[in-house]
Amino acid sequence: MLDLIEAYLGVPAPLLFGQLLLGLINGAFYAMLSLGLAVIFGLLNIINFTHGAQFMMGAFAAWMLLAMGTNNDAGLGIGYLLMFPLFWLVDAMTLKYQVSRQMRALAFGVVLLLFLPGLMVSLPGIGPLASVIATTLDLPTRIAAVLAWVFPNGLGYWAALPLCALLVGVNGVVLERVFISRLYKLDHLYGLLLTLGLGLIIEGIYRNKFGSSGLPYRIPAELQGAWDLGFMFMPIYRGWVVVAALIFCLATWLIIEKTRLGAYLRAATERAELVQAFGINVPRMITLTYGAGVALAAVAGVLAAPIYSVNPQMGSNLIIVVFAVVVIGGMGSILGSIVTGFGLGIVEGLTKVYYPEASATVIFVIMAIVLLARPAGLFGRA
Amino acid sequence: MDLGRRGLLGAFAVTTLGSSLPTLSKAQAANTIRIALLCDFSGTYRDVTGPTELACIKQAAAEFANRGFNIEVIYGDNQNRADVGSNLSRQWIDQGVDVIVDGGASSVALAANEIVREKNKVFLNTSSATSDLTGSKCSPNTVHWTYDTYMLAKSTGGALVKAGGDTWFFVTADYAFGHALERDTGDFVKAAGGRILGATRHPFPSSDFSSFLVQAQSSRAKVIGFANAGGDTINCIKQAAEFGITRRGTKLAALLMFLTDVHALGLQTAQGLVCTETFYWDLNERTRAFTNRVKAQTNNGLLCMNHAGGYAAVLHYLKTVADMGVARAKANGVETVNRMKAMPCDDDCFGPGTIRQDGRKLHPAYLLEVKKPEESKHQYDYYKVLGVTPPGEAFRPLAEGGCAFVRA
Repeated sequence: MLDLIEAYLGVPAPLLFGQLLLGLINGAFYAMLSLGLAVIFGLLNIINFTHGAQFMMGAFAAWMLLAMGTNNDAGLGIGYLLMFPLFWLVDAMTLKYQVSRQMRALAFGVVLLLFLPGLMVSLPGIGPLASVIATTLDLPTRIAAVLAWVFPNGLGYWAALPLCALLVGVNGVVLERVFISRLYKLDHLYGLLLTLGLGLIIEGIYRNKFGSSGLPYRIPAELQGAWDLGFMFMPIYRGWVVVAALIFCLATWLIIEKTRLGAYLRAATERAELVQAFGINVPRMITLTYGAGVALAAVAGVLAAPIYSVNPQMGSNLIIVVFAVVVIGGMGSILGSIVTGFGLGIVEGLTKVYYPEASATVIFVIMAIVLLARPAGLFGRA
Repeated sequence: MDLGRRGLLGAFAVTTLGSSLPTLSKAQAANTIRIALLCDFSGTYRDVTGPTELACIKQAAAEFANRGFNIEVIYGDNQNRADVGSNLSRQWIDQGVDVIVDGGASSVALAANEIVREKNKVFLNTSSATSDLTGSKCSPNTVHWTYDTYMLAKSTGGALVKAGGDTWFFVTADYAFGHALERDTGDFVKAAGGRILGATRHPFPSSDFSSFLVQAQSSRAKVIGFANAGGDTINCIKQAAEFGITRRGTKLAALLMFLTDVHALGLQTAQGLVCTETFYWDLNERTRAFTNRVKAQTNNGLLCMNHAGGYAAVLHYLKTVADMGVARAKANGVETVNRMKAMPCDDDCFGPGTIRQDGRKLHPAYLLEVKKPEESKHQYDYYKVLGVTPPGEAFRPLAEGGCAFVRA
């Protein structure tokens, strides 16, 4: 039987099975990322080009949590990740309690003062005394110190999964409130330009701070090692990635298709005014949806951290492929993005055996063909 | 407050634009050497060239200030794309740049090499790998400083063959550099009686190498040679460990690896890997002294051989300029390079050395092994030196390169 397969396909059967399995694993990442994109596009009509950067932030946040006991930059990173949520909190509080304009400005000023000194230290020509004062006053430095004291060994992988989703997701929420929410009434193109620009800025900041060659992150002890499948050596961690991706995909699909909340969401995309008339806070729902999509990207980032190099480019390398997946699956189709994600991972895996040079382009060839035959994508509604 | 956002943004744009283009008077320009650094400032090779190399070049310029001429250092991002690199080089030379330093990725370097030759300026290549720069694509306007694929193949590849690794499989970056490194290493393996069982070419840059690694593993080769660099090599090594390839006795050959890559991998994963560099900060008193001088100007003080190459090449160039006079150096690139070749080199990074007729800089190559975590005593204490190849033997013999103007 195996010989027969080999004779027909031109490669040894074990190699082929191995490649199919590896394709499935890569497909898991494509599926998770394209799922987030599809959710955001389906409900917000925004093409979220910041998604790659948010995936990268998830991986970096995992590294920061692990290294914050020993590496000052890591703790500082957490401090700055908390910066935007803090602004948002102040904003929300002052609005809720209806304080005067002056008080609101004062509150913002105080928060700004807490963060500015640290940013000023990096300016050229700042004196040693000013530098000392700035570092003492700086809130992220304080946060880093407290974190290093509380968690001298950092927080590991299992804590990172929910915490990174929360940290990066909340940053996504702020992004949506401050920038993206202003663009819903405009053409898609504006949202695309804004999110692409934001993504580039985030990537640039990380590159300036952490360099381009990446940071080490190890596979958690529970998932180290591998199974020998006979035809292939299968790392346990990669198996976990597939399982985790399937769980997240299934959960998201169930929430959107089978729950009351999902029904509200779907209704809001069709007729926002009508849903609002029933007393449902649509803007808040949309904001939280964006946050959830971003959190999915961050979780994918944490899953990727132990196997890919944690570097600022890791998102931009992947995101173009993921967009092709979304287009092939049908913009905004949840099931489409999951199925195509896994499917294209497998196609790519097979290309790596037969003609590796084309493995970076094969997905785009498929995209072109699908767009010609079915412009709305495989699972999309025209 | 009614200045308006647009007005503010406009004012900001005008001020930054104005300050980024210094205009020199004619007299000043005639007495100024303009150095342009062309390398990756935004992609996977940023850490092995980029801002740290810029700092090293500025250090060389600072150490050579006040010799009767001005030195101006500018830089640009090649985005690892040959078209971007050629456009930038052409534009710079038209704007009066005298010397282009680095070039970056081999594909970009080969493009810049042609332009500098056409315009008769000077090209100091400090981080590109392809040995074609002093072989079939050699140019009388070019000095290839730091390392090349032949040297890596001989040092790292040769050492592994000697240790019993006689069957190889290559995982190669699919562009000029990867092809050259695979070819040069393959030649060595075959010359030593070994066999090449296969190769797979991956798109540059990639993030997932599991398919390629499993292919390599199923070839049952004793050594898997990674003919790639930067993030690609890091991902390959990381994922090879994950797939248990090293635990099954297969050796990994990171044919081009820098100290920055070791740092990114962490000693736990990188320990035991063998690689070759021509500079390591902790080699001797002089390399430590250089590192201490330049450390404060860099982001993290993590120096690899490319950074040192930028410093040393520019320093030697400036010495030559001072010797021959600014006017003549600016007028004729070939003559300047010939003077650089005639003059013996000496600097803190590479020690005494020479530049050969075909443009190859000769200095020792160090075979290095990555330390175990418990052996590392202080910051960046990552390598132990396994062996040294002397300058005369480290690089490809002059006659074998096939450089056209050497035969003439």
